Amino acid sequence: MIRLIPRVENSTAMILLSPLLALTLTAISAYLIFVSILVDIEVSSVFYTLFVEPLTDSYYLSELLVKAAPLMIIGLGLSIGFRSGVWNIGAEGQYVIGGIAGSAVGLYFYDVEGFWIIPLMALAGILGGMFYAGIAAFLKTRYQVNEILVTLMLTYVAVLFLSAMLQGPLRNPSGFNFPESRLFHDSALLPIIWEGTRLHIGLVVAIILSLIAWFGIKKHIFGMQIKISGSAPRAAKFAGFNDNKTVWYSLLISGGLAGLAGLFEAAGPAGQLTPGLPQFYGFTAIIVAFLARLHPIGVLFSSLLIALSYVGGENVQIDYNLPKSITQIFQGMLLFYFLACDILIKYKVVLFKTIR
Amino acid sequence: MNYQLQINNITKSYGDLKANDDVSLNIKPSSIHALLGENGAGKSTLVKVIYGSLLPDRGEMKWLGKSYSPKNPFDAREQGIAMVFQHFSLFESLTVEENIVLGLDGVRLDENFTEKIIKYSKQYGLDINPHQVVGDLSVGARQRVEIIRCLMQNPKLLIMDEPTSVLTPQEVSDLFITLRKLADDGCSILYISHKLEEVRQLCSEATILRGGKLVESCIPQDFSQQELAEMMIGKKLIQLARSNINTGEDIFSISNLSRKSDDMFGVDLKNISLSVMKGSIVGIAGVAGNGQDELMELLIGEITSPPGILSFKGGDIGNLNSHERRELSMFFIPEERLGHGAVPDMGLNENMLLSRPQKSEMTSYGVIDWQNVETLTQKVISDFDVQTFSTKMLAKSLSGGNLQKFMVGRELIQNPELLIVAQPTWGVDAGSANNIHQALIALADQGSAILIISQDLDEILSLCEQIHVLSEGSLSTAVDMTSKGLDKISQLMVGSED
Repeated sequence: MIRLIPRVENSTAMILLSPLLALTLTAISAYLIFVSILVDIEVSSVFYTLFVEPLTDSYYLSELLVKAAPLMIIGLGLSIGFRSGVWNIGAEGQYVIGGIAGSAVGLYFYDVEGFWIIPLMALAGILGGMFYAGIAAFLKTRYQVNEILVTLMLTYVAVLFLSAMLQGPLRNPSGFNFPESRLFHDSALLPIIWEGTRLHIGLVVAIILSLIAWFGIKKHIFGMQIKISGSAPRAAKFAGFNDNKTVWYSLLISGGLAGLAGLFEAAGPAGQLTPGLPQFYGFTAIIVAFLARLHPIGVLFSSLLIALSYVGGENVQIDYNLPKSITQIFQGMLLFYFLACDILIKYKVVLFKTIR
Repeated sequence: MNYQLQINNITKSYGDLKANDDVSLNIKPSSIHALLGENGAGKSTLVKVIYGSLLPDRGEMKWLGKSYSPKNPFDAREQGIAMVFQHFSLFESLTVEENIVLGLDGVRLDENFTEKIIKYSKQYGLDINPHQVVGDLSVGARQRVEIIRCLMQNPKLLIMDEPTSVLTPQEVSDLFITLRKLADDGCSILYISHKLEEVRQLCSEATILRGGKLVESCIPQDFSQQELAEMMIGKKLIQLARSNINTGEDIFSISNLSRKSDDMFGVDLKNISLSVMKGSIVGIAGVAGNGQDELMELLIGEITSPPGILSFKGGDIGNLNSHERRELSMFFIPEERLGHGAVPDMGLNENMLLSRPQKSEMTSYGVIDWQNVETLTQKVISDFDVQTFSTKMLAKSLSGGNLQKFMVGRELIQNPELLIVAQPTWGVDAGSANNIHQALIALADQGSAILIISQDLDEILSLCEQIHVLSEGSLSTAVDMTSKGLDKISQLMVGSED
């Protein structure tokens, strides 16, 4: 008989080992799925295309980093919010609103030169995301409305708002009525940090942000505030933390960062505002945050892993005609195994001989 | 000698831990036998063995002269052993008789049954109305329901687990009358407790366990309360005494505090007034659920109060949160340890940060000085003898007594000018309780003020110079202890003054 016995202290070894175990289990399950559905195709070569090929080529590598950057930024914000038990599920919506707000600033200063345009757009993006998440914070703190529902439903509103904007005020005046904005001028485009690729400064910003977040969570009382509010609300009050403020902080931080990621996407790889802005990053970042165990430095790695599955998934679509859902199956299994393996941090497995 | 229950050399281990190590105990017919011991001494393990919910590793039992090894509690009940648990298992929405019939096999609820309940209730002085809904009953009355339910199985041995911990003094003496009558009628009683005075009053024999081992089988009246306590904890108890009662002016006062509870089942506080002097220990006695939790929330600052009600060191503190109150040197120890006074899933070092006034230098401008937090945690652990492997040990992994010592220590190292503490020794073993009481007295001797909210009347009586009683949300004026003080408190606790 197998039993789980609570540990006295969280196991440090398992904190490091459980992600590897989860990865191994995911790989085994993926292998079994491929073996059962693939005909005439070598499973090992699919595995190679999925997991290894994206790392061998500078183009794939740069694309991987391009995709990792928004996941990192959104995942960071979510990891902070989730720690406090505030479930912002609608980062996708805040990402879209941030993208619209930042792009609108860029388009307003169309053809104006200046180093200040990009920071101003970033600021607008952050404020846009904050405003959008702030709606949920207001409703939750004032009327106890569940933030999961509000943030999730506002996502659909955001996507429709984007298409309204692109068919109205933000449409390219000389764009043959296509629902797209003008192409941003040079001052409104993110600097490229790897010549010849689409890799932009957003990656650097993401890394700096995660260091700041790590400091805030580890070294600042704010980190304790969100942690305690999440796991023991009464103890948070005992410590003198205001629970409404915690809700506001959590949503404003995660919303602001999602907004920033939205603007980076528009002013980076896209170079304009298009209906293709929402790419599910806001939802995928939930997986990123949990894979990182809500740890800001962990987010750096988990976003790379998820980005790898995106790029690898696109490659198997092209090379083997496999459906796009392969990527999602992979991401889902990874999260599932990961959450399951994490139980080993708090519990140890003991084998019992059955008595009687 | 004819014993009702003979227990010979029972041993039961959990891994390396011997919860019972070669324990023997004999219960005579018609006797009230005390089982004494601190938390973790092995009392509950032994009782579980008797009641059939645990199989011993070694040892044998004889029941009424025959070999006895119950497979499960059902088996034990069949043979005439009944148990009243510390936590009741009653349905609040059902009536007394419905609850009783649900606990029995092969009976139907009819007039005969109701009459039988009334008969038992008269015979043993267990005042109860069979038609009343359990939800409306006091804790004492619920316990009477449980006892009647056990009696209807005609037991020959009744096991009672800490029965008086929830009762008022009057209810305790009523219970004792019932138990003596039961014993006279041939039902022996195994009485589990750590309240020594009660044991000396009630029990004819006592078995004392410590660390799983039998320490002593004795007649409790042959020993003083202190001697029994010292056998129980295995070391000398230090007498509690204030060395320096030097009270000064009022440092803290509550004037006309009223508050409607947000909770449907909460208690409304009515017009509470109280003041605490420097260097004094003031106690608020009362049965749990009479507004203690609601009052504590307001005192800690988890809920703010309008101006003119709470005053500390001459200033109004009504709208300050707990952290701001701590900056003024007011500190708090709430009743609920896990989830209120400590975060279960965090280490002790992180739990230190719940109470972090600026002068502790645990944080500056919000940045945590982990080095200093670590040093302070170590200090609390060593000064207050907290048994733990490391400062990172999760709060929930500590035993209740250890966590309480940690929480008391965490607040005391800040040298509070006012300490407000609820149930300081609830669920704490006698040795640790003694240490906590000493620490509180030392703090008051230094000139700090202490407000204690406790259900444990002995605790209040031994520590406090001034005693109030909280009943149904109203606070009595200070009780004059010079004549018949205890009777007065007892009446106030049940809410029937005069």
